[in-house]
Amino acid sequence: MADAVKIVDGRNSFCPGPLMELIKGIRQEPVGTVFEVWSSDKGSANDIPEWVKRAGQELVSNVQDGDIFKIQVKKIK
Amino acid sequence: MKKVVILGGGVGGTIVANQVARQMNSDIKKGTLEVTVITDSEQHVYQPMFLYVAFDQVIPGEAKKPEREILDRHIKMVVGSADRVDQDKKTVMMTDGTAVPYDYLVIATGSRPAPEQVAGLPEGGHLFYTEEGALKLRQALHDFEGGRIVITVGVPHKCPVAPLEFTFMLKDWLQAKGLGQKTEIVYTYPIGRLHSLEPVARWAAPVFEDQKIESHIFFNPEQVDPAKKTITSLEGETLDYDLLVAIPPHTGQDVIGRSALGDAGKWIPTERTSLRMKGSEDIFVLGDATDLPISKAGSTAHFEADVVAGNIVNLLNGGLGSIRYDGKVFCFIETSLTKATYITFDYLNPPKPSEPTEMVHMFKMAYNRLYWLTPAGLL
Repeated sequence: MADAVKIVDGRNSFCPGPLMELIKGIRQEPVGTVFEVWSSDKGSANDIPEWVKRAGQELVSNVQDGDIFKIQVKKIK
Repeated sequence: MKKVVILGGGVGGTIVANQVARQMNSDIKKGTLEVTVITDSEQHVYQPMFLYVAFDQVIPGEAKKPEREILDRHIKMVVGSADRVDQDKKTVMMTDGTAVPYDYLVIATGSRPAPEQVAGLPEGGHLFYTEEGALKLRQALHDFEGGRIVITVGVPHKCPVAPLEFTFMLKDWLQAKGLGQKTEIVYTYPIGRLHSLEPVARWAAPVFEDQKIESHIFFNPEQVDPAKKTITSLEGETLDYDLLVAIPPHTGQDVIGRSALGDAGKWIPTERTSLRMKGSEDIFVLGDATDLPISKAGSTAHFEADVVAGNIVNLLNGGLGSIRYDGKVFCFIETSLTKATYITFDYLNPPKPSEPTEMVHMFKMAYNRLYWLTPAGLL
């Protein structure tokens, strides 16, 4: 069975912003959780994968859906 | 009789109570409406003052007033600890066993610093988000004779401009104390720039360079070793410090967890424009207690409180309660001990910080004294 995806709706969030919302989620949810960050900021499509790499988490996908960037990340540790 | 209950006596909850009581004054006098504030402290605390306490510019007593003096005299105030919210019975159960029933409930319980979420931080680091923490930091700064000061930032945290404000004020304070040449300031931040707000980060970068403030981005504090005086990030970087000052991660309140209203961090799922708790028609949430992706700040609670109070008054008068929150936030930013700037933004419009001036700093100083008009619902 596929993991349930936890939506992190960071659309129109200037502060704290989508990446900080993802970090909040990663800190409070268990290993194995898959997050899908929604962002209206195109910078997130670069910032989030870079942080995921530095933090040793797993980037599942990174797609643009209309005006929204959808980035899936799995907490693996 | 209709009952409006506000859980939390901070800025947001107090504004809602006062605005509803003032606008529905005749109903309260007729005995057809009761407005109750539940608070766990008789004192109302203006938390931003603790930043200034750390630098010995104000004393904690200047940050507090009795909540009863701020609340409209027609509002009932219950001082005690809430155990849980029972949605089915539309009641707030208190730890002493008493029950406070409601028709409309406003949850304004805020957040609390949780330094214990970073191993070693309570023993090895300082914070200025509580009276106790600010006083300890005041003493540590008073005794400081030079060295390496590391500023670290947990997620999530309230008052998102505080890390920058503290850094700039510290720089100025060290210069004035004659320790500027003997001290390195090291600023860390959780994401890939100096501040979550991109325009603020862009503005701060050359200031850091000019003031020779060292920065480490993508740094989320994971572990502090108080004996070795090191801090390690979850990204794997370790820094030495002589004095560690943390903007600690925050959590929602335990009553939210006991009531099973929140997520794993005890933040309440909230609809971003109506400010109703998701799945509820009679519970509103505001301020830090929400799970909204916006700044946890007093001004956020203030602007949200205007919307919540407006909707409750509207509903009590037979309306549909459809006033919407647009995501408005306003923050002063202290850029030294003598200058400041400000930002304002909402869900659709990003902030545009302007050049810091003495005038904005003086206005912030004045607002620190005028603050008490805000929870009173007057400013």
